Amino acid sequence: MPEAPLLQVTELVKHFPLGGGMLARPRAWVQAVAGVSFTVGRGESFGLVGESGCGKTTVGRMVLRLIEPTAGRIEFDGQDIQQLSRQRFSELRRRMQIIFQDPYSSLDPRMTVEQIVTEPLRVDRRTGRRARRETAAGLLDKVGLRAADLGKFPHEFSGGQRQRIGIARALCAQPQLIVADEPVSALDVSIQAQVINLLQDLQQEFGLSYIFISHDLSVVEHVCSRIAVMYLGSIVELAPAEGFSREPRHPYTAALLAAVPLPDPHHIRAAVPMEGDVPSPIDPPSGCPFHPRCRYVLDRCSVAKPHLIPAEGHLVACWLNDGRGLE
Amino acid sequence: MNSCLLSIEDLSVSFRTPEGAARAVDRVSFGLNQGETLGVVGESGCGKSVTSLSILGLIPCPPGAIESGRIRFEGCNLLELEPEALRRLRGRDIAMIFQEPMTSLNPVLAIGRQVAEPLMTHRRLSRSQAMAEAGEWLDRVKIPAARRRLEDYPHQLSGGMRQRVMIAMAMVCRPKLLIADEPTTALDVSIQAQILSLMMDLKKETDMSLLLITHNLGVVAQTASRVVVMYAGQVVEEAGTADLFDRPFHPYTQGLLRSMPRLGARRAGGRQRLKEIPGIVPAITEFIPGCRFAPRCPYAFEHCRRHEPDLFGIRGGQQARCWLRHYPERRRADA
Repeated sequence: MPEAPLLQVTELVKHFPLGGGMLARPRAWVQAVAGVSFTVGRGESFGLVGESGCGKTTVGRMVLRLIEPTAGRIEFDGQDIQQLSRQRFSELRRRMQIIFQDPYSSLDPRMTVEQIVTEPLRVDRRTGRRARRETAAGLLDKVGLRAADLGKFPHEFSGGQRQRIGIARALCAQPQLIVADEPVSALDVSIQAQVINLLQDLQQEFGLSYIFISHDLSVVEHVCSRIAVMYLGSIVELAPAEGFSREPRHPYTAALLAAVPLPDPHHIRAAVPMEGDVPSPIDPPSGCPFHPRCRYVLDRCSVAKPHLIPAEGHLVACWLNDGRGLE
Repeated sequence: MNSCLLSIEDLSVSFRTPEGAARAVDRVSFGLNQGETLGVVGESGCGKSVTSLSILGLIPCPPGAIESGRIRFEGCNLLELEPEALRRLRGRDIAMIFQEPMTSLNPVLAIGRQVAEPLMTHRRLSRSQAMAEAGEWLDRVKIPAARRRLEDYPHQLSGGMRQRVMIAMAMVCRPKLLIADEPTTALDVSIQAQILSLMMDLKKETDMSLLLITHNLGVVAQTASRVVVMYAGQVVEEAGTADLFDRPFHPYTQGLLRSMPRLGARRAGGRQRLKEIPGIVPAITEFIPGCRFAPRCPYAFEHCRRHEPDLFGIRGGQQARCWLRHYPERRRADA
């Protein structure tokens, strides 16, 4: 029997109330995540891509229970994390950490680097001060900063260096899973590559699993081994990264890939691949969420929502998915 | 040949900071021809936005100060114009769109009114004429049911729609030059493709020139005919777009192009590493003797750290600010 995955997410749903108050009932519900299932293997990088509002960040936060799911199941290392007692969960939670997008707002400006990086250790009070300092120095070394930086404050660092501090903080509790939410989106091109390489080196050294959340398809294809494409709260395609951009099976994935401006002046994009805006998640379209913008739309697409089913090595939620593929 | 619409010559702009004067733009020169799309690329702090703001006289002085240079638009030096004359030019002959449409639109004015305003100011149209033309422009930038949305406010629109409003506002007076500063950076990739295509269509129809400022090399490759690469306040390379991507000369340009992950580049099996540029972008208050890129350059040698290179001609119209032009043997294959 193969080893169980590190993380198993089943039919995860999140509805956010809109309006309303302590006593008033909400005016409406935002369906941020509408039944999402996937697994993340040990040492794997799993990519979640999609445009703003597709629910990718909400999924990442629910995995860490930073947001409570409306429905669904999250199993980490075989344990249903919602069934655990508060104390058991907080022990487990050390093994899952997060890296945020914005290296400016995610670090407390009044804390020194040492305090920031070792905060996960101070929480459980088991580690003494000297040991914490040694740990912090070791972590800084791992992420390419110097022990001399321990006493400095976040404002003394550039964006890329701050992101390294955030990574050191995530590593401090020796996690198995790191949710990286747009970790390089705020960084300059030349710094992006440094941080991506660092994340990959650390993964190899510590056997980390990543949920890598990004809107940048080139970055996700480079970093991850499997990629889930989300649209309006649902996964529409789940595919291996190899060949991901060459053979998309879902019309949305194809359109998204065709919209990426290629850094190659000899391949000029001809037509606009997708017209219109993403519909509102308050009142999502019936049937397949992508059908109003889909160029292959069939009658049944507006009636029933397609399930994720296998198609030539991918999982695809599309009614076209009867072996004909696109075109 | 000389159909130069805009030429920036030797422009230097500095800002007063607590750490002393910081030169954000250092002797920048480039030109833009009639009907051309010129891309200006670089990372944060390279001076690309300050350069574009200087064209329209939008640098706050103080703390900013234009130390030297000329900005010629149709032969006339914009830096010597009276504020009133510049105001007449702004929005009529030269228009600008910015990165964040939410902060550049007025939140308490209906969008029709905002699009109509330049028409009333510059072309002295009556309010109803201006509103009618605003409606036409909102339609042309493909805002659905445009005429019914004249009374909508910016917060009622999506990010992509707001950027369309910005474009309509910029285009109503049919400017000769449109300056677009990161026009699609805040947008999703599918909306980015729509907005770029809209801008290129309008450019073709009206024969205006486009100065496109961006950090995104993909956007430049898809739209510009020529590219200026900036680093630490200076132009480090200028070339036709095909030349820049096929035969980049400056180690910084080469580094940028190599460090990007590319779609479809992933090979089966084995770990792939990106080729990173080491070090960090210098702060603008930092003084770097010699070549600004030398501390991060794989080929830098003693000469680079002491003497600042000029923009040397490479071939055709390509120029690069790099000593390798005169010391080609220093470019080693292993670096």
